[in-house]
Amino acid sequence: MSNTQNKTYDVAVIGAGIVGSAIARKLAGYRLSVALLDAREDVGDGTSKANTAILHTGFDAKPGTLESKMVREGYHLLSEYAKQTGIPVEHTGAILVAWDDEQRDALPGLKEKAEQNGYAKTEIIDAAEIYRLLPHLGEGALAGLSVPDESIICTWTTNLALATEAVQRGTELLLRRRVASIDRVDGVTNLYTSIDRISARWVINAAGLGGDTIDQLFGYDRIHLTPRRGELLVYDKQARPLVDKIVLPVPTALGKGVLVSPTIYGNVMLGPTAEDLKDRTDTGTSESGFAFLRGKGEKIMPKLLEEEVTATYAGLRAASDYPDYLIEVDTEQQYVIAGGIRSTGLTSGIAVAEYVDELLRASGAIQLVERDNLPEPPHMPNIGEAFLRPYQDAARIAEDPAYGKIVCFCERVTAGEIRDTFSSPIPPCTLDGLRRRTRAQNGRCQGFFCGAEVNELLESRGKSVNVPADPNANVASVEVTK
Amino acid sequence: MSTNGTVLTPTVLIIGAGPSGLRAAAELAPRVSGEVLVLERESVAGGIPRHSDHPGYGIRDMGKFIDGPRYARILREQATAAGAKILTNATVTDWAGERSVNVTMPDGRVRVDARVIILATGARERPRPARLIPGDRGKGIYTTGHLQNIIHLKHGKVGKRAVIVGAELVSWSAAMSLKHVKCKTVLMTTEYPKADAYRLFSGPGKLFFGTKVATRTRVTRIIGKPNVQGVEIENIDTGERRIVDCDTVILTGDWIPDNELARAADVDIDPVSKSPIVDAALRTNKSGIFAIGNMLHPVDTADVAALDGAAVAEHVVSYLRGDRPAGAPLSLTADAPFRWVAPALLRQHDPAPPRRRLLLWSDTYVPFPEVVLRQNGTVIARKRLWWPAAPGRVFRVPSSLLSQINWNDGAVTIGLAK
Ligand SMILES: Cc1cc2nc3c(=O)[nH]c(=O)nc-3n(C[C@H](O)[C@H](O)[C@H](O)COP(=O)(O)OP(=O)(O)OC[C@H]3O[C@@H](n4cnc5c(N)ncnc54)[C@H](O)[C@@H]3O)c2cc1C
Ligand SMILES: Cc1cc2nc3c(=O)[nH]c(=O)nc-3n(C[C@H](O)[C@H](O)[C@H](O)COP(=O)(O)OP(=O)(O)OC[C@H]3O[C@@H](n4cnc5c(N)ncnc54)[C@H](O)[C@@H]3O)c2cc1C
Repeated sequence: MSNTQNKTYDVAVIGAGIVGSAIARKLAGYRLSVALLDAREDVGDGTSKANTAILHTGFDAKPGTLESKMVREGYHLLSEYAKQTGIPVEHTGAILVAWDDEQRDALPGLKEKAEQNGYAKTEIIDAAEIYRLLPHLGEGALAGLSVPDESIICTWTTNLALATEAVQRGTELLLRRRVASIDRVDGVTNLYTSIDRISARWVINAAGLGGDTIDQLFGYDRIHLTPRRGELLVYDKQARPLVDKIVLPVPTALGKGVLVSPTIYGNVMLGPTAEDLKDRTDTGTSESGFAFLRGKGEKIMPKLLEEEVTATYAGLRAASDYPDYLIEVDTEQQYVIAGGIRSTGLTSGIAVAEYVDELLRASGAIQLVERDNLPEPPHMPNIGEAFLRPYQDAARIAEDPAYGKIVCFCERVTAGEIRDTFSSPIPPCTLDGLRRRTRAQNGRCQGFFCGAEVNELLESRGKSVNVPADPNANVASVEVTK
Repeated sequence: MSTNGTVLTPTVLIIGAGPSGLRAAAELAPRVSGEVLVLERESVAGGIPRHSDHPGYGIRDMGKFIDGPRYARILREQATAAGAKILTNATVTDWAGERSVNVTMPDGRVRVDARVIILATGARERPRPARLIPGDRGKGIYTTGHLQNIIHLKHGKVGKRAVIVGAELVSWSAAMSLKHVKCKTVLMTTEYPKADAYRLFSGPGKLFFGTKVATRTRVTRIIGKPNVQGVEIENIDTGERRIVDCDTVILTGDWIPDNELARAADVDIDPVSKSPIVDAALRTNKSGIFAIGNMLHPVDTADVAALDGAAVAEHVVSYLRGDRPAGAPLSLTADAPFRWVAPALLRQHDPAPPRRRLLLWSDTYVPFPEVVLRQNGTVIARKRLWWPAAPGRVFRVPSSLLSQINWNDGAVTIGLAK
């Protein structure tokens, strides 16, 4: 098989999810040649695209674990990075609700745990306070724990920003390459992918759900992943006034449980389920999942179920038999694993990258020399509902009428935004990719009105944008008062 | 030209240039002083008929039997000839005041302040998520609206073997569009029993029906990715399930009004149809805000929508003269098998509703229905009709029934004789 890249990279990162993209970005800040590989057609097309998109404080992590540390640090690192790059974040806060005596009795323990995790701002609140904050919550809440810093974030923009910055720092993004086997010759690892061979001195395994398989290629047998499916229902934007905080259940041994949360796009989500599967690609939804979620929703917020469902989806957590994140360096094989990053990796991704950096530095096995003149971090287009969007931005429309031409009516996505994605450092090549960059066709009509138009823009790679000089649109001739 | 900061001040603003909005514009432009402005978010005015390239339009309002695009063009020309102003690519995004909205268009972000606002934003079909159909997220799943946009506006293609979910009038329209691009309809499914569904089809439809409609059937799963490979369907009575191979799934009917602006204005909404609640003069509970067309009755044919537009003109003129409805309204609600009725607010001195008809949606097929009006549980009026109430289409009842209402008494319901 040919080495189409025709060179040996210093580092190849397998997996362009949030974790791999963050690691590639970090390492590309050194004088290293970096390749970022993924089996899919786009970055962020695995678990990183389908989660509940909460920026966790880590208040409920298991104290003392690496995960606890990574989430706590990741919270601050990602918050800061979001400010720099324009990733939308809303600091909504969360209320964890106890619905029975046992759950109520668990609250002081949760508060204490939060403090052990370095988060001191939780407070136990009574039912009256809960209903003041969440007037549409279902009946029967007894008490709760407020977590004022839990936030909502755009997971798509996060992944894209990290990958974009990695590319801007010189990383080569190599998509559509599933690593199937490896060998190691003279200090170089060859990765045999579905289309070619990639050679690198160091390999970082950030393959998410594929992490154990890659790990086995390096001769290990220390972690086994199970796809734990989480299904979600996203309700219409008209449900948004019902809730403006994240409503959490008391976590159990099985996981974080079903939550109701506003989304960064102005909707409300209900989910996720937690179900262990065999098939690592089964991101389909199920009848039983929907029924289970509706049952939960009925109790948590019955009024929510009267609204229309705009989207349904499922994500696969990389549940593992290893009790914590597994992040280790093998200096002999020049191999790093960042695995078992199950249900908190959106938050922790940047911290994981910092940690990998620390381990590499400590190993002394690789030279990490900072590059000078690093490019500025990218400024990402805003697709968050709470911030100014192009269709609302009079000045921007005046400069370029394409931002005044709404193509996707439900999500108010303009022709200008769609066009721009095709000249961005990582352009979309599928409808899903375009949806994640702009929100086009993610709305309540799911394409009834704009589906054909959006598809045409995708096929022409934005060239079919035509902002018509409508002869009727001579607004000035209408009776005008300034 | 930039129009930022501009405020337009038409006398009447019509939101939506479908048949209802365009007809209202044509009627109003000559009758009000000042501007009648129509805002349409698509690049060409005309509404749904523009995408619906088959005959069946214009029967009751124009006395014609023409195709959708031609029908749309006539309405457009009539509105413009009457002096109405139509702006396209103009999306009304939110409210800036009681009768004031914000609009985005390539020319700029503008505000429109009007004395009267008519909501004519139409209805859409529920897509897959809203119907909670589980399974894979493969390519090849469309609503009829989406399908017709692809085929008739963009001249695109879909797959080769389609399953149509629904067996209503609109499903038939989907079947015709599929035929146009040589995609074979292998099956239509409907949850209704045979008798109910069968009666919806006429002429050639019945032939088609014989071979291809699975009654009392629902879709329980869509299978296949990245492209659809089949659907799992269930017989509702036996619970038996089977898989039908197809690469295209068309979700038809199951309408929901585009009520976003209405709800944002706090207009009262019917809990079942999700339409704005209006009185016979098509007034909502918000003064100076009217609603017409399929957003009130999801969905009736385009001619009926257009005739709402014709009817509202008189009421808007009267509002502009300063007339206001007198007295508290009685509410009219639908009893089974009817889901909803429009208009649902009645007043003694209100004019008759458009076309002197009450519009209802029935869940079952009833031949020669005897419709009754009840007030406080007693039947106050009854009428046998010669046309059936059938699921999947609007059932129309003469509003003369309302003359029996005791205006000093309580709420009224409409249902069938026991
Ligand atoms: C339902 C659900 C809810 C969640 N909610 C939250 C939340 O609210 N907050 C939070 O912080 N986290 C949340 N998470 C967790 C978070 O989404 C994940 O931890 C994170 O996305 C993991 O990122 P990753 O980069 O490790 O994996 P991925 O995003 O899965 O990326 C791995 C990539 O590796 C590629 N790959 C795999 N094998 C190969 C191979 N052999 N060759 C080439 N490429 C390969 C894949 O194609 C994939 O793109 C949730 C997860 C789920 C499922
Ligand atoms: C597939 C199909 C086949 C049909 N076949 C027939 C047939 O054969 N014969 C027949 O009589 N009827 C048929 N109908 C029904 C007919 O199309 C409708 O009755 C008719 O279009 C309703 O008119 P309307 O004005 O209420 O709404 P619409 O035609 O839906 O028009 C509403 C308009 O409002 C615009 N709008 C919405 N929101 C905004 C906003 N915020 N800002 C600006 N503009 C906005 C929309 O873009 C749209 O153009 C069919 C419908 C479908 C879907």
